Amino acid sequence: MSKSRYQLPDLSIQLVDDLIMRHIDNGSSVIDLGCGDGRLMQRLSGEMNCNVVGIDVELSNVAAVMRRGLPVVAADLNRGLADIPSDTFDFAVLSQTLQQVQRPKQLLKEMLRVANRGLVVVPNFGHWRVRYEVLRRGRTPITHALPYEWHESPNLHFMSMRDFRELMQSIGLRIVEERPIINGRSVDRAWAANLRADSAFYLLERTSTAIPESA
Amino acid sequence: MPTVANDNNTMKDVNSVGIVSTKYATLFSETAPLRFLSGATVSPVCVAYETYGTLNERRDNAVYICHALTGDAHAAGVHAADDEKPGWWDGLIGPNKALDTNKYFVICANVLGGCQGTTGPGSIDPETGARFCLDFPFLTVSDIVSVHSELVRHLGIDKLLAVVGGSLGGMQVLDWSVRFPDQVRAAVVLASAPKLAAQGIAFNAVGRRAIYADAGFLNGKYYESEGPRYGLALARMVAHITYLSEDSIELKFGRRLQDSDRFAFEMQKETEFQIESYLHYQGKRFVQRFDANSYLYLTRAMDYFDLSEGHKSLADAVKNIQARFFVASYDTDWLFPTSQSKELVSALLQVGKHVSYVELECPFGHDSFLIDIGPLTELIAPFLEQTLLAARAE
Repeated sequence: MSKSRYQLPDLSIQLVDDLIMRHIDNGSSVIDLGCGDGRLMQRLSGEMNCNVVGIDVELSNVAAVMRRGLPVVAADLNRGLADIPSDTFDFAVLSQTLQQVQRPKQLLKEMLRVANRGLVVVPNFGHWRVRYEVLRRGRTPITHALPYEWHESPNLHFMSMRDFRELMQSIGLRIVEERPIINGRSVDRAWAANLRADSAFYLLERTSTAIPESA
Repeated sequence: MPTVANDNNTMKDVNSVGIVSTKYATLFSETAPLRFLSGATVSPVCVAYETYGTLNERRDNAVYICHALTGDAHAAGVHAADDEKPGWWDGLIGPNKALDTNKYFVICANVLGGCQGTTGPGSIDPETGARFCLDFPFLTVSDIVSVHSELVRHLGIDKLLAVVGGSLGGMQVLDWSVRFPDQVRAAVVLASAPKLAAQGIAFNAVGRRAIYADAGFLNGKYYESEGPRYGLALARMVAHITYLSEDSIELKFGRRLQDSDRFAFEMQKETEFQIESYLHYQGKRFVQRFDANSYLYLTRAMDYFDLSEGHKSLADAVKNIQARFFVASYDTDWLFPTSQSKELVSALLQVGKHVSYVELECPFGHDSFLIDIGPLTELIAPFLEQTLLAARAE
C-alpha cells in the first residue's frame, strides 16, 4: 500500500459516538446493528439510561458485550433482521457498517421496520480525493483503519451522499437530518458537501406510519 | 483442565468440588400439600438435592441447576474417591469454572416425578402405604418447578442469582421465571424451547409405546418383578439417537463393525455394527439406573410444556418476567432446533426484556450443552458476574 494513496476516513470513535448520541433521546430503546464490543451501547446505557440491545455476528464481540453486562443477540446482518420483531425500538444505529453488508437496501428497510428512527454513518465515496485517485491513478482507495486491498476489503458497497439520498427516496424513507463530516468535524451543512465530506451522518424515518415490508 | 496426581497415583481434577453427598429435604405438609396443575395433591414431598460452594451472608449468590429428562441431583464432584465418573455437569460447576463454586452457591435437585431420590411414581404413597405407580398425579413442568421453588424457600433463599438448565431443564427455567418472577435474577436456557415441537412429541410417543408394549410393564405395577426392561431400553435407544447428530454419529462410529472386519451374515446378531452395539449398551445401562414409570411421567410433562399456554402469545407470556436471559442453541441440534430458541428471543425482545442469544457451533447435536463447555463458560461466567454486580448496585 503506497503512502501517497488516499485513505478512506478513519473517523474518531469519539466523534461518531457523540454525534449518534446527540440524536438519541434519553431513556429510549436502541438497537445497535453491528455493535462490535458494545462501546457505544455502554455509553448509551450508562450516560443516557437507554435500553440497549446489540447485534453482532462475531462470538468474541458477543462475549465482550456480555462482559459489559449488556444484552446482545448474535446474528448476521447479511441475513436481515428476521428475528427482531417490528416496531420494537425507538432507534436503530448502523455506524460505519452499511458499506459492509451484502444488501444495504434490504437492511435499511429492515432497520426502519424494527425501529422508528434510524441513525446511519457511512463513508462518502463522492469525496474529491476519491474521485481524483480514481481519475489520476485508476486505483481503489484503501482505508487506514482497515488496510485491505480491494479483493480483501470488508467494504462491499461504495456510495456517495447523492446515491444515498436517491436510495432513501426509492425505498420510502425520509432523511430527517443529514450531516456531512468534513475533516473530522460534523457540520450542519456545507457547500458541495458530496465533494468535500469524507463521511456523512443521516437520521432516517419512515415516510408513512406503515411498516415497510420485511426484506 | 489442570490435573495433578495424588498419592494414589490417580488423576485428580484440581477444579473439582471434590467429594459431595446427596441431601434430602421434606417439603409440603398435610395442611399445605403440593398442589399439582391437575388439581391433585401430594404431601409430603421428599427432594434429593446437592449443593456446592457456600451461601454468602447476603444470600444473593445462589445458582439453581435444573437437570434434563434423565439427569439427577448429582451435577458435580464425586460421591466417593474411587468414583469413575463425576456429576453430569462437572465441566461447568466447580472452582474457577463457569459456575464458580468459590463465588456461587450451586444447588441441583432431582425433579418431582423422578426416580433418583425425589418423590415420584416409584415412591410410597403415604395415604395407601403402597407405591404410587400410575396413581401418581399427572405431572407437568410447572409441578416440577413448584417443588424447586419450595426447596429454595426451604433453604432460606429469597431470590436466586440464576436458574440454569438445558433441554427439559431449560423448560423449567422458563416456567420458573414466568411463574415466580421475583425469585429469579437471571435465566440461562440452553438447547431448549418454549414448547416441545411435534417431532419431539413423536419420539417421546415411540419411547412410551415401547414401555407400554413390554409384557413386563404390568400396568406400572412391576416393582416386585423385572419390569419393562426391554421396552425401557428400546425407549432409551431411540431417544439417544435424537441427542446426537448425523455428523457426530458418522464420526464416532461410521459403518465400522464391532468385533470383526467382515459381515457375519447372521440374522439375529444385533450388535454387529459399532453404532448398534453402542445403542444396546446405552439401553442396558439406562435400565439399571432409571424407572420406566418416571420415564412415562417426565416425557409426558415435556410433551405438555408450552410456555404460551393460557396467554395470548409467547410475548404476552413472558411480559412479567424480571430475570435477564441468556439463551443458546446449537447448530447441529435437531431435537431443539435453533428456530425454537429464536422464537423465544424474539418474544423477549418484543416486550423489552434483557436477552442475549447465540447459536453455538458444535458437532454433538442436542447433547452439545453437556459436552461443549468452553464457549458456554466464556459467556455464562460474565453473565452471572454482571448479574451479581447489577443486583448489588440496586
